[in-house]
Amino acid sequence: MSQSYLPHGLPIPVPERNGLSAPYWQGLREERLRVQRNPRTGVYQWPPQWIAYDDQGFDLEWVDVAPRGVVYSWTRVWHPVHPALKDACPYIVVVVELPHAGDVRMLGNLLGDPRQEVTIGAEVEALFEHHADAQPPFSLLQWRLANGAQPAP
Amino acid sequence: MRRSMRGTAAVVGVGETDYYRHGQAPDPEFVLCLKAILAACRDAGLDPTEIDGFASYSNDRNDPPTLATALGVRELRFSNMQWGGGGGGGAGAVANAAAAIAGGLADCVVVYRALAQGQFGRFGQGPQSATVSGDLALTVPYGQMSPAQWYAPKVTRFMHEHDIGQEALRAIALASYHHAQSNPRAVMYGRPLTEAAYDESRWITEPFHLYDCCQENDGAAALILVSAERAKDLKPTPAFVLGAAIGAGYRVHSTPAGFATPDLASSHFKTLAPRLYDMAGVGPADVDVVQCYENFTGGVLMALVEHGFFAPDEAMEFLRLENLIAPAGRLPLNTSGGNLAECYMHGLELQIEAVRQLRGESTSQVPDVDLSLAVAGPMVTPVSTVLFGSEAAV
Repeated sequence: MSQSYLPHGLPIPVPERNGLSAPYWQGLREERLRVQRNPRTGVYQWPPQWIAYDDQGFDLEWVDVAPRGVVYSWTRVWHPVHPALKDACPYIVVVVELPHAGDVRMLGNLLGDPRQEVTIGAEVEALFEHHADAQPPFSLLQWRLANGAQPAP
Repeated sequence: MRRSMRGTAAVVGVGETDYYRHGQAPDPEFVLCLKAILAACRDAGLDPTEIDGFASYSNDRNDPPTLATALGVRELRFSNMQWGGGGGGGAGAVANAAAAIAGGLADCVVVYRALAQGQFGRFGQGPQSATVSGDLALTVPYGQMSPAQWYAPKVTRFMHEHDIGQEALRAIALASYHHAQSNPRAVMYGRPLTEAAYDESRWITEPFHLYDCCQENDGAAALILVSAERAKDLKPTPAFVLGAAIGAGYRVHSTPAGFATPDLASSHFKTLAPRLYDMAGVGPADVDVVQCYENFTGGVLMALVEHGFFAPDEAMEFLRLENLIAPAGRLPLNTSGGNLAECYMHGLELQIEAVRQLRGESTSQVPDVDLSLAVAGPMVTPVSTVLFGSEAAV
């Protein structure tokens, strides 16, 4: 997709210099959602960390997970706190839980009408929002209601 | 042997500068800090050079060696920063000071916080950098970049799980504004809030209206603690530290990665409150008055539940203005006006108000206070909480 949900001009996400989260950001550019998993116990964890919290091993693996989940919570932002968002409100931020990946949670915007009613528990599917012209280029994980069932504006 | 600092230290002096809207302080932040400390010394009747310890939180920019040299402190024995959690460290700094006294590290410790947001940056603005990385990269590109935005989903989830309506948050906001109308120190003194004005106020980020969000202010505040023995020689009525707790539960992520915390719908006092009451030897039903840090009203809602004042499903019944106001409400709350309406002195003004209630010096005094609770920083990690008691309570 070429359009982005929020206007350009927000800080660009980049991996840390030490590269901890680089596989995640590279995965998004390839339209793959990757999270960390403990190879010994199968325990998923997110956000990126060097060490497995369940057995303190340092050899976490990156695994592809299906880009879908369930709305765990949300907020609709009306007051912009960044100049790039001055004319972008309201917009919706959702906390999405991934039941098939150990209930890890991640954020995103809920695409569609920004004034839509948001339902906790709603199934959502991810899409990959590519910012190819950014310097450096990046891709964001975004969410929409599953089965393309967008509420009418 | 049971280890406890119950009753071994007491607050004997409190002080603050005038409180200002953000960016309006006439003095540099360091001068504000010095003036608050001197005010607390005058209140206690102590010479500032007797201070031998300093405790603060949220990376306060005014470091103990600089303060100690500026004040002519004879010997510096305790230089303490509560690590992490921003305003969640306010009660923790008091607890650290009390622990230093109980443990014999220092004899006269000042807890302080100073803010001049005109001189430095504001809390409520998003990052203006070209790039973000780490946990920030997982939130900022979605426009989630301020404390209100980071904490809102915690409250949304809690309200969803327990079928709590906006009226509960409104009552918390109204209580703070109600009490501020009796407090000439309060920035919102003379600016009352009505239910209608709350309802009509703009959303900041759902479920927070404008009046659910703390102010940002300039000023400084300080409290002085000494041992229980020393306190008895000083003029002010001592506020003994009966119990305190600092921390968080299992895998509570720091902001901005809080979205990943397993127990999202929490203010993170579930593990602290039992430790607090155990140390103090009392229960929530014994508490006379509560100051609870309002970064956002929803955090107060959860913190009151987690301190055992009511069950989540009782919130709509309990959180009514008449229950929350001095002198006769069931649980008078934020009796100086708090972060919402007295001043956002990063919650240290709430610690001071808890002491004033024990002394009988509040502008919205609750009768016969023996147990006065001050809760810092709901929804962050680490959070902290302290229970002050009268001599009778000790």
